[in-house]
Amino acid sequence: MQARFRYVCGCVTERNGNRVERKDVTITVKDLYLSYNAKEVIHGISFEIYRNEIFSIIGPAQSGKTSLLRCLNRTIEFTSGTSVRGTVMVDGQNVRTMKNVFDLRRKIGMVAPLPVGLPISIYDNVAFAPRCSGLTNKSDLDGIVEKCLRQAALWDEVKDRLHSLGTAISGGQQQRLTIARALSHQPDILCLDEFSIAIDPVTTMRIEDVLIELKNEMTIILVTNLTHQAKRLGSRTMFLYNGNLIELDTNEVIFSEKPGKIETYDYINGLFG
Amino acid sequence: MEQMQTAVTRFTKTPFVKKKEFNQQVARWSFFTMAILMIIPLMAIIGYLVYHAAPSLNLDFLLDVPKRGMREGGIWSALIGTIYLVFISLAVAAPIGILAAIYLNEYAKDNWFNRIINLAVINLAGVPSIVHALFGLGAFVYAAQLGYSVLSASLTLAIMTLPVIIASTREALSSVPVSFREACWNVGATRWQTIRAVVLPNSISGILTGVILQVSRAAGETAPIMFTGAVFYKAVKRGDFFPYELTDQCMALSMHLYTVTTQVPNIKESVSYATAVVLLGVVLLVNASAISLRVWMRNRKKW
Repeated sequence: MQARFRYVCGCVTERNGNRVERKDVTITVKDLYLSYNAKEVIHGISFEIYRNEIFSIIGPAQSGKTSLLRCLNRTIEFTSGTSVRGTVMVDGQNVRTMKNVFDLRRKIGMVAPLPVGLPISIYDNVAFAPRCSGLTNKSDLDGIVEKCLRQAALWDEVKDRLHSLGTAISGGQQQRLTIARALSHQPDILCLDEFSIAIDPVTTMRIEDVLIELKNEMTIILVTNLTHQAKRLGSRTMFLYNGNLIELDTNEVIFSEKPGKIETYDYINGLFG
Repeated sequence: MEQMQTAVTRFTKTPFVKKKEFNQQVARWSFFTMAILMIIPLMAIIGYLVYHAAPSLNLDFLLDVPKRGMREGGIWSALIGTIYLVFISLAVAAPIGILAAIYLNEYAKDNWFNRIINLAVINLAGVPSIVHALFGLGAFVYAAQLGYSVLSASLTLAIMTLPVIIASTREALSSVPVSFREACWNVGATRWQTIRAVVLPNSISGILTGVILQVSRAAGETAPIMFTGAVFYKAVKRGDFFPYELTDQCMALSMHLYTVTTQVPNIKESVSYATAVVLLGVVLLVNASAISLRVWMRNRKKW
């Protein structure tokens, strides 16, 4: 809990003659390799994600974006035939050797590309995660449900029908319900995997506003196909292509006329192919 | 003007369109005929049986016990025996089958061990019932020393229905979208919490339907029970709901039908037909209840 409200400490130090801004690192990925049935899909990527930033990951389909997220919270283990090499550190702990993987997953909120309202009531959808971790107090649950639905900008629309089904609301509402569910276990890190592909632009804008607010409380990893969204929201952007890290830099560099790699420029400007 | 002309010709039937429509009609009606043909055998069988059974069919026939070497009286002892066999065999097979299917579908990783289990289940489903009968005879009657009894016969039926229950339960479980499970895992739920909260409530209708459909199969089989516990005749009281002990031998409808049609001379024809009607009625009743349960649950289905 304490860690969530620690803000970026932007101390500047001198290293190798360059001025390097040292930030509070929350996720470290080092030499990550991932194979599905002996077919390698992520070829050794390394990067760091800082606390309280919006970190965007862009790249075409099949470039390993979703698989990368699933490596972070170890849900990759549910797919048979996968093998992971390399280290993923979350808050200084190696996720591979972590004893309590359920705590890890609670630390990382995950929002899937397509909205998934579970076929239980809206209230139960949000209260599911706290209940799974053993919380049964009704008033505590009520508080969490209201807070998360408010954070996901859904409370006003559903407050009168909390006990109708989570699948009975519209796609955009379900997507916000998914975000509310991801927030319900009070994560330090929120991963959004192409959250806007199933919802309209207005709702997307509302959720983006929410994300900018949430940034103060948690780290946000935004996987997106919309390069403009990455540019609008993020502070740094990583470009993945075919499981290789092509470029990782601040948005000013990535979305400038001269990013570090010509492929990045081509992809962002639609010249790829 | 010229544009008008092309527009008119575009919406008239060309020879190609006529041919296309003709083919479509041929396909439609030939498929329809095949579908209709499915009804005819069923209707013919039921009609034929009921027509011939009519003289003997009444409530007394259901409730009375066979008399005078099966030539008179009813079929109560066989009916209650079948109910015994079916319920005991399902009480054994359903829990084992459902739990095994949940393990195979939700927990098991795709490795050689689980592939062997899968292969065993599939092959067990393909074993002929007479082989199950011999297995039951060896395993339950002799090896487990249960003797020729209701218990032996029920356990044999249970072994026979088990693989099909496993298969239908897995089918029902895998119809629940994977995205629901992933959503639960992502918030730190264990597999069991996921199964209990999301998977089971949404697949229970399919699971129950699969189990109930096995009732009709267990009720109809003759060979497995003939070898392990069913007898020609057993004296019970009329309308008695608990005539058999678990270690008793019992009568059963399918066995009784075999007996009255082949083993009893000078029997009224309508008696054997009436027995067949009752057996068919039991099976259809169970199937109908399975379907209505499925419809009822489907209406409550939530996505």
